[in-house]
Amino acid sequence: MDFLVFQYPMITLQACLDGILLGVLFALIAYGMALQWGVMNIINIAQGDLVILGGYIAYFMYLYGIHPAWGVIVAPVIMYFVGIAIYKLVINKVVDRDLFISILATFGISILFMQLMNFAFGADVVLANSGYGTTMLFDNNVVLPNSKIFSAFISIVFAICLVIYMKKSKLGRAIRATAQNARAAKILGVDTEKVYAATFGINAALCGVAGALISITFTIHPYMGLPYTIRSFMIVIVAGLGNLPGVAMSGMGLGVFEEFADYILGTEFRIGSVFLLLVLILVYRRFKLSRKREYLK
Amino acid sequence: MNKNFILYAVILIFGLAAPFLFPAFKVQLSILCVLIVLATTWNIQGGEMGYNSFGNILFYGLGMYLCASVQVGMFFPLAEWTESGGEKTFVHTPTQFFQGMAVGLVVAALVPTIVAGLIGYSILGLRGHYFAICTLGLGVAAGEISGGIEIIGAGQGFTTPPFPNVGSLEARGEFFYFLSFFTLVLTFIAVRSIYSTRFKLILNAIRDNEDKAEAMGIETMKYKIIGWMISAFFCGLAGGIMGGLVGYIDSTDVAFDGREMGVFMVLMAILGGKGTLWGPIIGATIFHIFKEGFWTFFLGWQYVALGVLIVVIVIYFPEGIMGWLREKYPERFGEVVDEKDRKAQVELK
Repeated sequence: MDFLVFQYPMITLQACLDGILLGVLFALIAYGMALQWGVMNIINIAQGDLVILGGYIAYFMYLYGIHPAWGVIVAPVIMYFVGIAIYKLVINKVVDRDLFISILATFGISILFMQLMNFAFGADVVLANSGYGTTMLFDNNVVLPNSKIFSAFISIVFAICLVIYMKKSKLGRAIRATAQNARAAKILGVDTEKVYAATFGINAALCGVAGALISITFTIHPYMGLPYTIRSFMIVIVAGLGNLPGVAMSGMGLGVFEEFADYILGTEFRIGSVFLLLVLILVYRRFKLSRKREYLK
Repeated sequence: MNKNFILYAVILIFGLAAPFLFPAFKVQLSILCVLIVLATTWNIQGGEMGYNSFGNILFYGLGMYLCASVQVGMFFPLAEWTESGGEKTFVHTPTQFFQGMAVGLVVAALVPTIVAGLIGYSILGLRGHYFAICTLGLGVAAGEISGGIEIIGAGQGFTTPPFPNVGSLEARGEFFYFLSFFTLVLTFIAVRSIYSTRFKLILNAIRDNEDKAEAMGIETMKYKIIGWMISAFFCGLAGGIMGGLVGYIDSTDVAFDGREMGVFMVLMAILGGKGTLWGPIIGATIFHIFKEGFWTFFLGWQYVALGVLIVVIVIYFPEGIMGWLREKYPERFGEVVDEKDRKAQVELK
């Protein structure tokens, strides 16, 4: 990599900054995934499709003449109820079951969402133009769209708000208690069913925020959901459940990795490299864990 | 045993006569054979071994690309073929076509098997959902990467050699039907003989409790890899045939089509009943009929139906048809039921 660092320092800097700003968004999505994984033990393949749906909400506000940045407020509210609806219809029937069942069920939801969005919004790649302009740094060598800075800022604000909410509020405490031990929480009077629904709703709302920001900074397309799921899954397994600084760091790391893959290998291999990285990380993790596995469970 | 023999004979005769009885459905029947092969081989490691893979599509797509590339590359320069986009600058003679197809199918079966063996050691060490997501990633990565490789057509696709002009117009359909039916029979014989050996018991032991199986002295990793390689062999073969049948290979829409074929094979096996010999076959047949009906009458809504179908099957019918039958008529499956238990069950209901 050092040839790139020394020969093209500006490109390197550009890629790093882009990657970090992008990674903050990934971390926000991954935080939602870590939340529902930790609390309900569910891996939601439809995570990425919830993100895209949130993006379309912001895009439609843009089409009707409202500034898409307001989508950051509107999308999570709508997505919260979408999340609750998904929970009531499907997820509450698979919560206690085998993990593979929940993966397959959410895969079904993912396909359903993909196609419904394709019908409703068309198969074009769209973006909501925020009109924020760009910031030039270092003699105009590094170009940063203001929308990216805005989206990273908003993601951080939402993440901090959520962390405080989880620490201080009653529902947040109930969620954390359920994550630690669902049965004990039930005995102590926590309505776990409600907690699960709220968790899924909060996750969907986070996806909505991230989606609205993605529609401002990047592009959205009905079939682009799965890479976001895979990214957030990857970030969560690298960081571990309930490790918020870890989620933020590995999110940024993934963003930087992607930007470099984009520059070095070419844009057509960008998504492929993300999926390959997932496989490599899982394999690395398996060899690392197998050294520790000395006893039978 | 005798009864089974008659059943097999009837199915075999029906299979051989089918293209002449239903000449209009030859292509559909060939696809059905391929689907049954995919579901049955998915069941080897998904149902019997308990390793739920979304990534068998990797071997299917690999086989498809390999078969077509070998078939073209044996006689013509591959790069020019893909660049011309299937225009008739190069034409296979019948001998060349069949020779190429034969060699291509052998390569299409063997290379995925080797690939499965090579990656098996690293991937099959993952447990449960990590394995499922990892294989999902493998399948999608393969699709994305093959979509960027120029020599096999990149984004614009790869046209497989057209069927040569031999005999009647029906020849193409009959050729592919008998090829896929032969593969189906081969798969069935192979799987059935596997299931009557100790190997199947080992796979079941791995599914039920891998750590205990290991503690009993079974080299679980070895058997897991072998199980996956058997799956890969038939998936590659099925892919090679399907490539010739469809006539056009696209990286994400035909070959590494995780959204369709990759889910179909899981769904068919679950619908029929995981971990049974006949389950995937019944599941694939019912699923194919349903799918074709839906694809024809509700064009455009098929993925919506597919999504709903997945959710409904997984939530309300995870045991599958064979599992349901087994619960209803346990005697037919050789299980002895105590009269007392039965009465207790009836009372419970």
